[in-house]
Amino acid sequence: MNIDAICSLVLSNMAFFVLAAIGIVCGVLVVTVRNLVHAVLFLAVFLLSVAGLFITLEAEFLAIIQVFIFVGAIVVLFMFLIMLTYKVSDMAVPQGNRLKGAAIVVAGVLFCLIFYIMKAMKWNEAAPVVTITDDVARIGRLLLGQYVLPFELVSFVLLAALIGAIVIARKGE
Amino acid sequence: MCLTNYLILSAIFFCLGIYGVLVRRNAVMILLSIELMLNAANINFVAFSKYVDPNMLTGHIFTIFVIAIEAAEVAVGLAIILSAYRHMKSINVEDINLMKW
Repeated sequence: MNIDAICSLVLSNMAFFVLAAIGIVCGVLVVTVRNLVHAVLFLAVFLLSVAGLFITLEAEFLAIIQVFIFVGAIVVLFMFLIMLTYKVSDMAVPQGNRLKGAAIVVAGVLFCLIFYIMKAMKWNEAAPVVTITDDVARIGRLLLGQYVLPFELVSFVLLAALIGAIVIARKGE
Repeated sequence: MCLTNYLILSAIFFCLGIYGVLVRRNAVMILLSIELMLNAANINFVAFSKYVDPNMLTGHIFTIFVIAIEAAEVAVGLAIILSAYRHMKSINVEDINLMKW
Protein backbone atom coordinates (compact mmCIF):
# COMPACT_ATOMS: atom_id res chain seq x y z
CA MET A 1 0.00 0.00 0.00
CA ASN A 2 1.57 3.27 -1.00
CA ILE A 3 1.42 6.55 0.87
CA ASP A 4 -1.38 8.00 -1.31
CA ALA A 5 -3.71 5.11 -0.53
CA ILE A 6 -3.06 5.44 3.21
CA CYS A 7 -3.70 9.18 3.06
CA SER A 8 -7.00 8.75 1.24
CA LEU A 9 -8.06 6.04 3.71
CA VAL A 10 -7.35 8.28 6.69
CA LEU A 11 -9.13 11.18 5.01
CA SER A 12 -12.23 9.14 4.23
CA ASN A 13 -12.35 7.87 7.84
CA MET A 14 -12.08 11.43 9.11
CA ALA A 15 -14.78 12.54 6.69
CA PHE A 16 -17.07 9.80 7.95
CA PHE A 17 -16.67 10.79 11.59
CA VAL A 18 -17.04 14.51 10.95
CA LEU A 19 -20.17 13.97 8.83
CA ALA A 20 -21.57 11.54 11.40
CA ALA A 21 -21.03 14.08 14.20
CA ILE A 22 -22.74 16.83 12.18
CA GLY A 23 -25.61 14.50 11.34
CA ILE A 24 -26.16 13.37 14.93
CA VAL A 25 -26.02 16.89 16.34
CA CYS A 26 -28.43 18.22 13.72
CA GLY A 27 -30.72 15.21 14.13
CA VAL A 28 -30.94 15.80 17.87
CA LEU A 29 -31.67 19.48 17.24
CA VAL A 30 -34.38 18.62 14.69
CA VAL A 31 -36.32 16.58 17.22
CA THR A 32 -35.74 18.85 20.24
CA VAL A 33 -35.61 22.48 19.12
CA ARG A 34 -38.75 24.53 19.80
CA ASN A 35 -38.78 26.86 16.83
CA LEU A 36 -40.19 25.10 13.76
CA VAL A 37 -38.24 27.19 11.24
CA HIS A 38 -34.99 26.37 13.04
CA ALA A 39 -35.94 22.69 13.05
CA VAL A 40 -36.43 22.73 9.27
CA LEU A 41 -33.08 24.47 8.77
CA PHE A 42 -31.36 21.87 10.96
CA LEU A 43 -33.08 19.20 8.87
CA ALA A 44 -31.49 20.78 5.78
CA VAL A 45 -28.02 20.51 7.38
CA PHE A 46 -28.79 16.94 8.43
CA LEU A 47 -29.77 16.04 4.86
CA LEU A 48 -26.57 17.63 3.56
CA SER A 49 -24.53 15.52 5.96
CA VAL A 50 -26.35 12.42 4.70
CA ALA A 51 -25.41 13.49 1.17
CA GLY A 52 -21.80 13.68 2.35
CA LEU A 53 -22.08 10.18 3.78
CA PHE A 54 -23.32 9.00 0.38
CA ILE A 55 -20.14 10.46 -1.14
CA THR A 56 -17.99 8.56 1.38
CA LEU A 57 -19.89 5.45 0.24
CA GLU A 58 -18.99 6.23 -3.41
CA ALA A 59 -22.59 7.02 -4.34
CA GLU A 60 -22.03 10.45 -5.88
CA PHE A 61 -25.16 10.32 -8.03
CA LEU A 62 -27.34 9.69 -4.98
CA ALA A 63 -25.61 12.52 -3.13
CA ILE A 64 -26.53 14.91 -5.94
CA ILE A 65 -30.11 13.61 -5.96
CA GLN A 66 -30.26 14.03 -2.19
CA VAL A 67 -29.18 17.66 -2.44
CA PHE A 68 -31.56 18.44 -5.33
CA ILE A 69 -34.68 16.73 -4.03
CA PHE A 70 -34.37 17.07 -0.27
CA VAL A 71 -32.48 20.26 0.35
CA GLY A 72 -33.82 21.88 -2.80
CA ALA A 73 -37.44 20.82 -2.86
CA ILE A 74 -38.64 19.14 0.32
CA VAL A 75 -37.12 21.62 2.76
CA VAL A 76 -38.66 24.48 0.78
CA LEU A 77 -42.00 22.65 0.85
CA PHE A 78 -41.79 22.36 4.64
CA MET A 79 -40.95 26.05 4.89
CA PHE A 80 -44.04 26.94 2.87
CA LEU A 81 -46.21 24.73 5.04
CA ILE A 82 -44.91 26.34 8.22
CA MET A 83 -45.56 29.79 6.79
CA LEU A 84 -49.08 28.75 5.79
CA THR A 85 -50.09 27.12 9.06
CA TYR A 86 -47.96 28.26 11.94
CA LYS A 87 -47.59 31.59 13.62
CA VAL A 88 -43.83 31.80 14.06
CA SER A 89 -44.06 34.52 16.69
CA ASP A 90 -46.29 32.34 18.84
CA MET A 91 -43.74 30.58 21.01
CA ALA A 92 -45.96 29.99 24.02
CA VAL A 93 -47.39 26.73 22.70
CA PRO A 94 -45.46 23.74 24.09
CA GLN A 95 -43.96 21.69 21.28
CA GLY A 96 -43.65 18.37 23.08
CA ASN A 97 -46.18 16.20 24.82
CA ARG A 98 -45.94 14.44 28.17
CA LEU A 99 -44.50 11.25 26.69
CA LYS A 100 -40.91 12.47 26.76
CA GLY A 101 -39.61 9.94 29.29
CA ALA A 102 -41.40 7.03 27.68
CA ALA A 103 -40.21 8.11 24.25
CA ILE A 104 -36.58 8.24 25.43
CA VAL A 105 -36.96 4.74 26.89
CA VAL A 106 -38.53 3.36 23.69
CA ALA A 107 -35.91 4.93 21.42
CA GLY A 108 -33.08 3.82 23.72
CA VAL A 109 -34.29 0.24 23.94
CA LEU A 110 -34.77 0.10 20.17
CA PHE A 111 -31.27 1.47 19.63
CA CYS A 112 -29.75 -1.09 22.01
CA LEU A 113 -31.62 -3.85 20.21
CA ILE A 114 -30.45 -2.74 16.76
CA PHE A 115 -26.91 -2.18 18.07
CA TYR A 116 -26.81 -5.70 19.53
CA ILE A 117 -28.09 -7.26 16.31
CA MET A 118 -25.69 -5.26 14.13
CA LYS A 119 -22.75 -6.30 16.32
CA ALA A 120 -23.81 -9.93 16.49
CA MET A 121 -24.52 -10.41 12.78
CA LYS A 122 -21.76 -11.60 10.51
CA TRP A 123 -22.30 -9.78 7.21
CA ASN A 124 -20.50 -11.54 4.42
CA GLU A 125 -18.67 -8.47 3.27
CA ALA A 126 -17.32 -8.71 -0.23
CA ALA A 127 -13.78 -7.73 -0.92
CA PRO A 128 -13.51 -4.07 -1.85
CA VAL A 129 -13.40 -3.78 -5.60
CA VAL A 130 -11.79 -1.16 -7.76
CA THR A 131 -13.92 1.94 -7.97
CA ILE A 132 -16.34 1.81 -10.87
CA THR A 133 -16.51 5.19 -12.51
CA ASP A 134 -19.57 4.95 -14.77
CA ASP A 135 -22.03 4.59 -11.88
CA VAL A 136 -24.64 6.89 -13.41
CA ALA A 137 -24.69 5.04 -16.70
CA ARG A 138 -25.05 1.71 -14.90
CA ILE A 139 -27.87 3.04 -12.70
CA GLY A 140 -29.66 4.32 -15.77
CA ARG A 141 -29.27 1.00 -17.56
CA LEU A 142 -30.56 -0.88 -14.51
CA LEU A 143 -33.52 1.48 -14.06
CA LEU A 144 -34.67 1.11 -17.65
CA GLY A 145 -33.63 -2.53 -17.98
CA GLN A 146 -33.91 -4.91 -15.08
CA TYR A 147 -35.98 -2.60 -12.87
CA VAL A 148 -38.21 -1.00 -15.49
CA LEU A 149 -41.47 -2.31 -13.98
CA PRO A 150 -40.88 -0.96 -10.45
CA PHE A 151 -39.60 2.24 -12.04
CA GLU A 152 -42.84 2.75 -13.98
CA LEU A 153 -44.87 1.82 -10.90
CA VAL A 154 -43.04 4.38 -8.79
CA SER A 155 -43.60 7.10 -11.35
CA PHE A 156 -47.29 6.20 -11.43
CA VAL A 157 -47.47 6.34 -7.63
CA LEU A 158 -45.75 9.72 -7.69
CA LEU A 159 -48.21 11.06 -10.26
CA ALA A 160 -51.19 9.74 -8.29
CA ALA A 161 -49.82 11.25 -5.08
CA LEU A 162 -49.30 14.63 -6.72
CA ILE A 163 -52.84 14.70 -8.15
CA GLY A 164 -54.20 13.54 -4.77
CA ALA A 165 -52.26 16.25 -2.97
CA ILE A 166 -53.68 18.92 -5.27
CA VAL A 167 -57.22 17.62 -4.76
CA ILE A 168 -56.85 17.45 -0.97
CA ALA A 169 -55.21 20.85 -0.62
CA ARG A 170 -57.70 22.61 -2.90
CA LYS A 171 -60.14 24.93 -1.19
CA GLY A 172 -63.48 23.13 -1.01
CA GLU A 173 -66.60 25.05 -1.86
CA MET B 1 -14.22 2.22 7.29
CA CYS B 2 -16.30 -0.85 8.05
CA LEU B 3 -19.95 -1.59 7.42
CA THR B 4 -20.89 -1.71 11.12
CA ASN B 5 -20.08 1.98 11.62
CA TYR B 6 -22.59 2.97 8.95
CA LEU B 7 -25.22 0.62 10.35
CA ILE B 8 -24.83 2.00 13.87
CA LEU B 9 -24.96 5.57 12.60
CA SER B 10 -28.17 4.86 10.73
CA ALA B 11 -29.58 3.15 13.86
CA ILE B 12 -28.89 6.38 15.78
CA PHE B 13 -30.69 8.43 13.11
CA PHE B 14 -33.62 6.02 13.11
CA CYS B 15 -34.02 6.17 16.89
CA LEU B 16 -33.87 9.96 16.79
CA GLY B 17 -36.72 9.84 14.30
CA ILE B 18 -38.71 7.46 16.52
CA TYR B 19 -38.21 9.83 19.45
CA GLY B 20 -39.38 12.78 17.37
CA VAL B 21 -42.51 10.99 16.17
CA LEU B 22 -43.44 10.02 19.72
CA VAL B 23 -42.74 13.36 21.37
CA ARG B 24 -43.76 16.08 18.93
CA ARG B 25 -47.27 17.49 18.98
CA ASN B 26 -47.03 19.42 15.75
CA ALA B 27 -47.91 17.39 12.66
CA VAL B 28 -45.21 19.11 10.59
CA MET B 29 -42.57 18.06 13.09
CA ILE B 30 -43.80 14.47 12.93
CA LEU B 31 -43.29 14.55 9.16
CA LEU B 32 -39.76 15.92 9.71
CA SER B 33 -38.99 13.01 12.05
CA ILE B 34 -40.25 10.56 9.44
CA GLU B 35 -37.77 12.14 7.01
CA LEU B 36 -35.02 11.34 9.52
CA MET B 37 -36.06 7.69 9.65
CA LEU B 38 -36.26 7.33 5.86
CA ASN B 39 -32.79 8.80 5.50
CA ALA B 40 -31.48 6.27 8.00
CA ALA B 41 -32.94 3.52 5.81
CA ASN B 42 -31.29 5.08 2.74
CA ILE B 43 -27.89 5.07 4.44
CA ASN B 44 -28.36 1.38 5.20
CA PHE B 45 -29.26 0.60 1.58
CA VAL B 46 -26.21 2.38 0.19
CA ALA B 47 -23.86 0.94 2.82
CA PHE B 48 -25.01 -2.61 2.15
CA SER B 49 -24.75 -1.96 -1.56
CA LYS B 50 -21.12 -0.93 -1.21
CA TYR B 51 -19.90 -3.49 1.29
CA VAL B 52 -21.94 -6.63 0.62
CA ASP B 53 -22.76 -6.46 -3.07
CA PRO B 54 -20.53 -3.87 -4.72
CA ASN B 55 -21.05 -5.00 -8.31
CA MET B 56 -24.83 -4.87 -8.58
CA LEU B 57 -25.81 -1.32 -7.42
CA THR B 58 -29.13 -2.74 -6.15
CA GLY B 59 -28.99 -0.54 -3.06
CA HIS B 60 -28.61 2.55 -5.21
CA ILE B 61 -31.71 1.64 -7.22
CA PHE B 62 -33.74 1.03 -4.08
CA THR B 63 -32.57 4.33 -2.62
CA ILE B 64 -33.86 6.11 -5.72
CA PHE B 65 -37.23 4.40 -5.28
CA VAL B 66 -37.32 5.32 -1.59
CA ILE B 67 -36.58 8.95 -2.45
CA ALA B 68 -39.42 9.00 -5.00
CA ILE B 69 -41.90 7.47 -2.53
CA GLU B 70 -40.68 9.91 0.10
CA ALA B 71 -41.44 12.86 -2.15
CA ALA B 72 -44.94 11.50 -2.72
CA GLU B 73 -45.42 10.96 1.00
CA VAL B 74 -44.34 14.51 1.83
CA ALA B 75 -46.64 15.99 -0.81
CA VAL B 76 -49.70 14.08 0.41
CA GLY B 77 -48.82 14.65 4.08
CA LEU B 78 -48.45 18.36 3.59
CA ALA B 79 -51.75 18.55 1.70
CA ILE B 80 -53.53 16.68 4.50
CA ILE B 81 -51.99 18.94 7.15
CA LEU B 82 -52.98 22.03 5.18
CA SER B 83 -56.54 20.76 4.82
CA ALA B 84 -56.74 19.86 8.52
CA TYR B 85 -55.46 23.31 9.41
CA ARG B 86 -58.20 24.90 7.30
CA HIS B 87 -60.90 22.90 9.01
CA MET B 88 -59.70 22.92 12.62
CA LYS B 89 -57.39 25.96 12.79
CA SER B 90 -54.75 23.75 14.36
CA ILE B 91 -52.10 21.25 13.35
CA ASN B 92 -51.66 19.83 16.82
CA VAL B 93 -52.15 16.09 16.55
CA GLU B 94 -53.85 16.15 19.94
CA ASP B 95 -56.56 18.50 18.65
CA ILE B 96 -57.22 16.50 15.50
CA ASN B 97 -59.22 13.75 17.19
CA LEU B 98 -62.46 13.73 15.20
CA MET B 99 -62.01 10.06 14.32
CA LYS B 100 -61.67 8.97 17.93
CA TRP B 101 -64.89 7.20 19.00
